[in-house]
Amino acid sequence: MDPAVVIDVARLGKTFGPVTAVEDLSFTIHAGEIFGLLGPNGAGKSTTLRMLITVLPPSTGTATVLGHDIVTEADAVRSLIGYVPQERAVDRFLTGREHLELLAGLYHLSRVETNERIDELLKLVNLEEHADRVAKTYSGGMKRKLDIACGLLPNPKIVFLDEPTLGLDVQSRLKIWDYIRQLRENGITIVLTTNYLEEADQLCDRLAIIDGGTIRVIGSPLELKTGLGGDSLSVAIKPHEADKLPRLREGVMGLPLVRDVRLKPTGLDILVESPEKCLPAVIEVAQRLDCSLDGIEYHRPRLDDVFVAHTGHGLRGGTPEMVEEE
Amino acid sequence: MTFKHYKQEVLALTMRWVRRLSREKFSMLFTLVQPMLFWLIFFGSLFQHAANIQILQAPNYMSFLAGGVVVMTVLNNGLAGGVDLLFDKENGFLERMMSTPIHRSSVILSRYLFVMAITGMQILVILSIAFVFGVRLETGLPGIAVILAIGMLFGVGLTAISMALAFSVKSHGDFFSMLGFLSLPMIFLSSALVPLSAMPGWMQVVAMVNPMTWVIDAVRPLIITGWNAAIPQVAMAFVILAVFDAVCLYGGAKAFRRAIG
Ligand SMILES: Nc1ncnc2c1ncn2[C@@H]1O[C@H](COP(=O)(O)OP(=O)(O)OP(=O)(O)O)[C@@H](O)[C@H]1O
Ligand SMILES: [Mg+2]
Repeated sequence: MDPAVVIDVARLGKTFGPVTAVEDLSFTIHAGEIFGLLGPNGAGKSTTLRMLITVLPPSTGTATVLGHDIVTEADAVRSLIGYVPQERAVDRFLTGREHLELLAGLYHLSRVETNERIDELLKLVNLEEHADRVAKTYSGGMKRKLDIACGLLPNPKIVFLDEPTLGLDVQSRLKIWDYIRQLRENGITIVLTTNYLEEADQLCDRLAIIDGGTIRVIGSPLELKTGLGGDSLSVAIKPHEADKLPRLREGVMGLPLVRDVRLKPTGLDILVESPEKCLPAVIEVAQRLDCSLDGIEYHRPRLDDVFVAHTGHGLRGGTPEMVEEE
Repeated sequence: MTFKHYKQEVLALTMRWVRRLSREKFSMLFTLVQPMLFWLIFFGSLFQHAANIQILQAPNYMSFLAGGVVVMTVLNNGLAGGVDLLFDKENGFLERMMSTPIHRSSVILSRYLFVMAITGMQILVILSIAFVFGVRLETGLPGIAVILAIGMLFGVGLTAISMALAFSVKSHGDFFSMLGFLSLPMIFLSSALVPLSAMPGWMQVVAMVNPMTWVIDAVRPLIITGWNAAIPQVAMAFVILAVFDAVCLYGGAKAFRRAIG
């Protein structure tokens, strides 16, 4: 086995009575990476995470976390991981510091370790000033930060974050991305779920697209995008010159760095290695063949396209621009 | 898992309940102590004249009622004992606790320690208030110890029922309606407010299978009659509570295991 594998999931599945939440999941997660599970609501992201953190027994299949089976060695797994749930799981009547003290007891930290860790974490998430206020006076973003501090308290090897930036404003989201990257710098492996394309694209080293309870594709954002065929140029010519298209296609096909050309009624879709280099050559061919170009467009595939290509539908209407504090 | 770790977990979890309570002083006073005192004082004075001392076989209605109020407090606290776990389950806090390397039972044990401590203190408050109103315990201080023991034993089963419900219900609306469904008949179809002999026949039959009746009938003679009358009743209550607790704990453990895995 690859020594860098920290989580190994084999044919994992979970059913709730008649409902199949996830089915036949198999993937590996490597040490030190940020691994994302990207999928729409109800895709099975949280269910997958809950099984990995040992709070939900799987119906089928197995998984190991740092070499420990999630069912038979659950306690060993629990002492090595940190978890940040999707819900703001805070106790309204406890202060931020008391949350951390409680968890320190549950992770069996010594008094000295407890105090050191708590000071360190409060500083990390910028909650020092608010540490002794009860959580019901916290804003949504502050609760999220406290959640993250709680997840990091045991100084885990792997941190699981369920939708870490759900409902946060853009600024808080960027800040949390920074923490997460900082954790990776410190050698911690991060497993997160998200239904924000942007987050998957910019933050994750590798991701699995999950939809309807199954994994559709796994890879780095770049791999997934190039997997779609890389960049493309769309060339449109004047409708009355449509008969010249086949000859134009032949001409373009012959160019270096062109991978494929598809014919459309009034134009061509050209898949290219490097749009910057191909663009002048394509224009030159068109001039040589005396075609009047109506327009030329350059496309770089986005993760949206990857998502659509593998699931047959879009993730959601917009990008996560909305601000939704509770 | 060492004993030291177990102690640390249970202590941390129990501290949480204590801290929560200290933040909710007013609500604690209002929801737990105040209604009981209200019952005691209001009904005690109101029915003083209406109640027939002959039927009650007590010096006054207040001293008759004191035992019932003690047991109702145990009932209320016990049946409410699972509420906080229900909220923890619903908002994900329970899941967070379960993702840590704790022994699964420490959450339950912490809850018990807390509920029992609160119940014990409330029993003492009720008996002190009753004392102020002239109720003298026939069995004295040892009687108080026995009352506390009976209260704790009854509380164990009741809290188990409450936790089992908390872990099994789909929504907290269900939880509270089930509680209401349980607690009212347990109070009214028992000897809490009137003695069995004053009830119509069918009601006596129902009250006889209500553990609440047996508990009250053990606590009451400790307050108003004395050891001779109390001892057989207390022995009977211990037997019935042992069975009651065994059944409730078994059901509770099953519900817990189903919910937590
Ligand atoms: N405890 C449960 N009982 C019954 N069905 C469940 C349970 N938990 C999850 N499901 C079902 O499993 C499916 C996957 O749910 P899950 O919470 O894993 O989705 P998700 O990808 O995390 O969605 P979201 O983005 O909304 O958090 C859903 O159809 C859900 O209704
Ligand atoms: Mg989810």
